[in-house]
Amino acid sequence: MPFSTVLDHAAPASSVAFEHVWRPRSRWQRVWLAVAPLLRKPGFVLALAIVVFALLAALAPGWLAHADPYATAPLAKLASPGAAHWFGTDELGRDLYTRVVYGARLSVTAALLAVGIALVGGLGLGIVAGFAGGRLDTVLMRVIDVMLALPGLLLALAIVTAIGFGTVPVAIAVGVGIVPGFARTTRAEVLRIKTLPYVEAARLGGASWTRTLVRHVLPNAWGPVAVLATLDFGAAILATAGLSFLGFGAAPPAAEWGTLIANGRVFLMTAPWVSLLPGLFLVAVVFSVNHIARTLEENPR
Amino acid sequence: MSRYVIGRIGQALLVLWGAYSVAYFILYLLPGDPLSIMLSASGVEIDALSPAELAKARAFYGLDQSVLQQYFSLLWGALHGDFGESLAMGRPVSSLLAERLPQTLGLAGVAIVLSLLAGIGLGYLGAYVRWRPLRQLLARLPSLGFSVPVFWIGLLLIQVFAFSLGWLPSTGNHGAASLVLPAITLAIPSAAVYAQVLQRGFQGVWHEPYIVTAYAKGLSRAQVQLRHGFKNAALPLLTLIGLQVGNTVSGAVLVETIFARNGIGRLAQEAVLRQDIPVVLAIVSISAAAFVLVNLLVDLLYPALDPRITHAPRIA
Amino acid sequence: MSTALPLLEVQDLHVTYRAGGQATAAVRGVSFSLARGETLAIVGESGSGKSTLANALLGLLPGAARIDSGRVRLEGDDVTRASERQWQNLRGRSVGLVPQDPMVGLNPTVQVGRQIGEALIQAQGRRYPGVDADVLELLEQVGIDQPPLRARQYPHELSGGMRQRVLIAIALAGNPRLIIADEPTSALDVTVQRKILDHLQRLVAERGISLLIITHDLAVAADRADRLLVMKAGQLVEQGPPAQLLAQPRHAYTRALLAAAPAFGQRTPPPFRAAADSAPLLALEGVGKAFQLSGQERFQALRDVSLEVYAGQTLAIVGESGSGKSTTLRIALGLEQPSAGRVFFAGRDVTGLGWRQFRPLRQRVQLVQQNPFAALDPRMSIFESVVEPLVSFGLMKGRALEQEARQLMERVQLPVSYLDRLPRELSGGQRQRVAIARALALKPELLLLDEPVSALDVSVQAQILDLLAQLQQELGLAYLLVSHDLAVVASVAHQVVVLRQGEVVEQGAAAQVFGAPQSAYTQELLAAMPGRGRLSGTVRFFVCGPLTACRQAGRAVTR
Repeated sequence: MPFSTVLDHAAPASSVAFEHVWRPRSRWQRVWLAVAPLLRKPGFVLALAIVVFALLAALAPGWLAHADPYATAPLAKLASPGAAHWFGTDELGRDLYTRVVYGARLSVTAALLAVGIALVGGLGLGIVAGFAGGRLDTVLMRVIDVMLALPGLLLALAIVTAIGFGTVPVAIAVGVGIVPGFARTTRAEVLRIKTLPYVEAARLGGASWTRTLVRHVLPNAWGPVAVLATLDFGAAILATAGLSFLGFGAAPPAAEWGTLIANGRVFLMTAPWVSLLPGLFLVAVVFSVNHIARTLEENPR
Repeated sequence: MSRYVIGRIGQALLVLWGAYSVAYFILYLLPGDPLSIMLSASGVEIDALSPAELAKARAFYGLDQSVLQQYFSLLWGALHGDFGESLAMGRPVSSLLAERLPQTLGLAGVAIVLSLLAGIGLGYLGAYVRWRPLRQLLARLPSLGFSVPVFWIGLLLIQVFAFSLGWLPSTGNHGAASLVLPAITLAIPSAAVYAQVLQRGFQGVWHEPYIVTAYAKGLSRAQVQLRHGFKNAALPLLTLIGLQVGNTVSGAVLVETIFARNGIGRLAQEAVLRQDIPVVLAIVSISAAAFVLVNLLVDLLYPALDPRITHAPRIA
Repeated sequence: MSTALPLLEVQDLHVTYRAGGQATAAVRGVSFSLARGETLAIVGESGSGKSTLANALLGLLPGAARIDSGRVRLEGDDVTRASERQWQNLRGRSVGLVPQDPMVGLNPTVQVGRQIGEALIQAQGRRYPGVDADVLELLEQVGIDQPPLRARQYPHELSGGMRQRVLIAIALAGNPRLIIADEPTSALDVTVQRKILDHLQRLVAERGISLLIITHDLAVAADRADRLLVMKAGQLVEQGPPAQLLAQPRHAYTRALLAAAPAFGQRTPPPFRAAADSAPLLALEGVGKAFQLSGQERFQALRDVSLEVYAGQTLAIVGESGSGKSTTLRIALGLEQPSAGRVFFAGRDVTGLGWRQFRPLRQRVQLVQQNPFAALDPRMSIFESVVEPLVSFGLMKGRALEQEARQLMERVQLPVSYLDRLPRELSGGQRQRVAIARALALKPELLLLDEPVSALDVSVQAQILDLLAQLQQELGLAYLLVSHDLAVVASVAHQVVVLRQGEVVEQGAAAQVFGAPQSAYTQELLAAMPGRGRLSGTVRFFVCGPLTACRQAGRAVTR
């Protein structure tokens, strides 16, 4: 008689009773169980609300602002924030709040495009480098080193010098700048997971490399990569705003956030809100994105 | 050991060469018609030129050469410090750089020192305090630091300290006072990164068993944090410094623009605006060189700080 | 022993953890006393509260834990509510700690001599001129060679055993009255362990220091302590001198621990059924393996290793760290290619087969890995993990798959409802069962087991070993088991191979190798096994032969 029955650890096995009861729990149920506790944190909910607002502004600005962002009203120029104009007006009398909301379309879309480029390029490079190893890995790492040696903004400057100004070139420039950091993190994760026992167990169980990649490596690498993608989204917003601030974004009267801030520079002494309030909105959005990223990081599923 | 050093230097040079080549590729090969860009940068209308004049212009800019020829002649020049002539200003690029580089170096230097002090201080403090509300606040601050665009915070600081309070000048190139606001503005993103990495480092280190050993000797919390925690938690900072140099240079472009300082950053902005290709190429090369140099130094210094890293092969 | 005031007195101590509104009692009403110069061992499994108790005695309880009631008296002074400042004075000077894992117990960026010096300075209160000399003297006392050289080295330049000695030096630096040794045997090889513990006990006896050993290993406790305390779920279950506890355990839990501990228990390997055909299932002939290090160096991991595993039999490879046992396993699995020699599976030469060619064989050979906590993909449910081999080979689908999963769970005696869960919801022992179920999915003939129970609690170890024995009986599996734990090997193996630094030192039937070891190394290993040789002059072990019943030779004699 095995001595283990003296200790109350192993539960008895009974098959018949469970025959009809057990089915595998669905994946969606598990996702919901993981996400629900997050919604109880007030900070997280607020950050989520702000980001949703920004996304909504990008997709359907008309719902959130009712004035015309291009309508000039010289009589109401440089009005300070008040009931009629929540953010005040700029030097041509245009309602700043409306311009900020409409500006989201360009700025947020540019950032999304940039992160998209970074995801495709960075993930691809990172996975290939991490998985393939050996010579290919070394070569790709050198390429990434070279890209890292060109500082983000300067690389972006070079690209817009070459292909011209505007929202899309700015997005491409920023996206290319984010690729090396992304590739590095992805590669590190792939390398880490590749050596874990359960990957070896899967291989020994007959799994092909494809299956290992798709079923084991990617789902487990996704965590840190997703956090980085979120953080980079915030960084991309800042970078695209920076480039448009310098004058390389969409031409006026387009209302990119960076351009708005740049326009208001001249009036800083007399009407500071023209620059500062759009900037404040920008800070709120990026901070919320960062907060979401950090919350996801601290609560691994 | 010296074999390793030579190897690393060689690697650094390789990366630098790669960076230069990529920049060259982007600036000279990506545009559809480099000639028209260059001509408009010089202020000449391309349509106003006859074919003969176009051919002369092409030869003047070296665009009639094959790609490889052009590349090598540019590279050769760069190695000798000759970056050609600025299209917009008609002066040799190297003299432009010589004028403006010291300004930027000064600003960047002060900013790096400030960011290290502030970042390490904040990170250390965040790990030291135990009162929860303050601790949570200090943990959130770095995140705020990199949510804030450099150009906006610069404007905010100008508004508050230069216009409202009148303590510091808002623009200008001379004197220490004019350096304060730009340096602080430039330091903020890097400081935030250092603070966060250090805080994370401490979080990891506090759980290490050797901390318990230290406590068991009878040391106080402050002593344990300083003597055993800090050195181990700060190790990742070293590699970070190299990366942050690149960010500082990028930031300098924005900061110099806002504070109207005559540095390389603003030169870059003007050059891009006018599509002045040789100048852009030169500035990108210089900053790549700075980045590579700093990273090389960090790599070589690392074993001095982390005795586990040696450069000699060992049996695992 | 003496009638003087006890050094340490613990009265009805209660320690509770409070987190997120929940309170968990870690120590519940423990009382004991420790006299000067006495060695006391607290034995318990994980969750028994022994670590919490040790922390409480050092004033190092984490913020979430609090002493609810009870009293702790150190040298007559009540330290239950001592302030941090008071504890700083006590630690190092009155109470010393030898921490658990020497590989991570030292600051990696500070030289060893300075770390010892710090302890000396702290005990003295300030830096004094003779510090460096004292450091060298301490290093010599703890048995480290070349003290001046070692003092300037960093921890990673020292072996595990030397690092443990440094930690002992740090504990002794303040000349404390009490030293707490936390799991002093977990991270080191058996022979090294023995030397160090002998040394520690000698030092402690010379200076009249009391020693409190916290351990999960009943054998070590029985060997070394004057008195044993057994803890379970925060409560003190039984205490007494080892001889008494081993001979006449009063409490059911103590009996269960004794039964489960491989050194004292009575598990015997199941009788070996000789197969109809006598061809070995797995055979290694003259296998050698050399690794090329950067540069010119080559590291010879294995040299001329030959072994044979027959169906239904368990062959165990025993060795300390660096012996090459894991490499042997990997070669048998085809994960590494041998530099010399050949590998045969079921008569077929599989040396040098590519991955593709080896793949069909994988259905017949499976691996159970060492670390149950990393052996399962944390994102896949137990069901998905268990049936993955079947899916990879495309053997089954849909309902048949679910049916098979249920059967596998029953085989490893886990409730079917666990199929829904994620690995993190299971305990270590349960995860190991899942890993075994996964390995059985393809119905292999040979199971390779890499330290299958070393990461588990003693009682759970017993369950897993029982399960493995049962499966071998039911399914006729052959096992190739790798372990450093002789006691485990003695209780399950039919054939034993002893490896040392890549070479076979001895091999043969278990009875023979353990009963009459030929080589000096094997004898040393056996002597170093905790739980034998110390309680009495006669050697205790169980002799089992193929097809014969196991009998016991020798018995513990009270000291």
